[in-house]
Amino acid sequence: MSLLKIRNLSVTFATSTGPFRAVDKVDVDVDKGQILAIVGESGSGKSVSMLATMGLLPWTATVTADEMSFDGQDLRTLSGKARRRLIGNDLAMIFQEPMSSLNPCFSVGFQIREALRKHTSMDRKQRHARCVELFEMVGIPSPEQRLKAYPHQLSGGMNQRVMIAMAIACKPRLLIADEPTTALDVTIQAQILDLLTGLQKETGMGLILITHDMGVVAETAERVAVQYAGQKVEDQTVTDLFATPHHPYTAALLAALPERATEKHLPTIPGVVPGQHDRPVGCLFSPRCQFADDRCRAIEPPVQPDALGRALCHYPLNAPAEAQAQ
Amino acid sequence: MTAIIEARDLGRDYEVGGGLFSKPGIVRAVAETSFSVEAGRTLAVVGESGCGKSTLARLVTMIEEPTSGSFYLDGKEVTKDRWRELRSDIQIVFQDPYGSLNLRQKVGAILEEPLKINRPKMSAKERHEKGREMMRLVGLREEHYDRFPHMFSGGQRQRIAVARALMLEPKLLVLDEPVSALDLSIQSQILNLLNDLQERMNLAYLFISHDLSVVRHVADDILVMYLGRPVEFGPKDEIFEAPRHPYTKALISATPSADPANRRERIKLVGELPSPLAVPPGCPFAPRCWKTEEKCRAERPQLTGTPHPAACFFPEN
Repeated sequence: MSLLKIRNLSVTFATSTGPFRAVDKVDVDVDKGQILAIVGESGSGKSVSMLATMGLLPWTATVTADEMSFDGQDLRTLSGKARRRLIGNDLAMIFQEPMSSLNPCFSVGFQIREALRKHTSMDRKQRHARCVELFEMVGIPSPEQRLKAYPHQLSGGMNQRVMIAMAIACKPRLLIADEPTTALDVTIQAQILDLLTGLQKETGMGLILITHDMGVVAETAERVAVQYAGQKVEDQTVTDLFATPHHPYTAALLAALPERATEKHLPTIPGVVPGQHDRPVGCLFSPRCQFADDRCRAIEPPVQPDALGRALCHYPLNAPAEAQAQ
Repeated sequence: MTAIIEARDLGRDYEVGGGLFSKPGIVRAVAETSFSVEAGRTLAVVGESGCGKSTLARLVTMIEEPTSGSFYLDGKEVTKDRWRELRSDIQIVFQDPYGSLNLRQKVGAILEEPLKINRPKMSAKERHEKGREMMRLVGLREEHYDRFPHMFSGGQRQRIAVARALMLEPKLLVLDEPVSALDLSIQSQILNLLNDLQERMNLAYLFISHDLSVVRHVADDILVMYLGRPVEFGPKDEIFEAPRHPYTKALISATPSADPANRRERIKLVGELPSPLAVPPGCPFAPRCWKTEEKCRAERPQLTGTPHPAACFFPEN
């Protein structure tokens, strides 16, 4: 049974100019010990779908789903109290901006101990010992002193380690990392990614990595879900995705990578991601797709079978003739 | 071919802190940096945050005065009293197109402003004409002329920023992380635009970036900086194929490559950039380097050697 199972998740925000659908019929599956990457450009709804899972969206958001379960527990009907017991304990999240996610008024040690106090029955001494142990795990030197430091006294990389330490404090079974390395330098990014994958292997937890960096995906993930304008357009293992992308968006995105370029002029995707008021009918990618025809512009595309990377497309690329739906 | 810009031992110190009785600390944001860029060529400056890339951009664009060293623009030495006449030869494009355009000005006004100030004799009609021509050149439609920046997407705004920088026909364009705030699909459009403009106008680029996969695509030469000092300087292919400084090697190995079949062993750097207020004596990279010996901690290596210079006592390759 998968650890996190989401079917048909949609999130709509009530804005002053009308409803805005940020996430549109997305399915997510993560097994124990699996690393899933969710990639997409800004506005593709990758963070929002995970925030919905955590129950962290503001009241303006309407979340609907056919199924949304974590280890058999239904997340949709969970009471506030039960949710708080689960979140931060079995289900934890690391946010993008370490500097603004930590509370500047409390020492980092206090903030980690708080999670332990809420979720475990450890006494003061044990909590402190666990904090020191966590800091050693995430590679923070001289943990005893650093526990007393405030977020502004630490660098971005150190703060991100504190966030990770906090997230893994209660040994979560699923860790969601939302752009954990975007604000960091590459050498620090490499350290943090090694740390996350190392922890994942050690503890056997599930890991969801939200990112926009194809390089990070290629180096860390096992399975990849590609999102575009709130929809999941493709879902494949990482090697297959990079070798044979089935959705034209994925293919175009990979072709646009400078390191894959064969000549000075890069292939581009014309146009921009549709916004609130210019959502096309039919396939959302059709205005920018070089393969689009009238059917794409009129009819919403079907989800293709697993063999075609569950591509949300009428005419998936790299398709063996018999595998195509219909 | 003569260099558009040539910098010799450029440096910039900042005084920080210091109260009534305490002495201010000195941060050497940039020190002993020399380079040159020819017309039609791109020099990329790479390094982590805090290595002095942006300070270098501020020196070159004459926003700030260097505290040591000098640089020459088209053979003329740049001194503060000549800033006014020389500034229009160097323009800058900033990282964040959401922050660098005035939201209360129409695109047309944004583009015409540099002409209004620097070409006072030009008539309004000519300015207008020139602005529209520049819009076409960067791939924007003419009807966009009377719109406000908030009506554009990130990629289009970056095009406006590039257009504004080109209005005075500069010789050198400083690009301070021009694509790092943009999405991948937009990033390639802007890189192509910059490439086209360089070919058409024979521009020299000083391309500041931390993203080595972008740098590998655009650069001719690369200057690697660490804690305000250049540690390696050479042609792109040599730097990527055979990096000499351990830091360069670590930087290249840390950059994730978009090829899942090629998950290589990364060089693990321990620790982080030391505080610029307390730069260790000797080689600044010594505390994080895996080849450090006694000599590294005591003495600062000079930027020397062949085939291209690197500041290391025990260079690779």
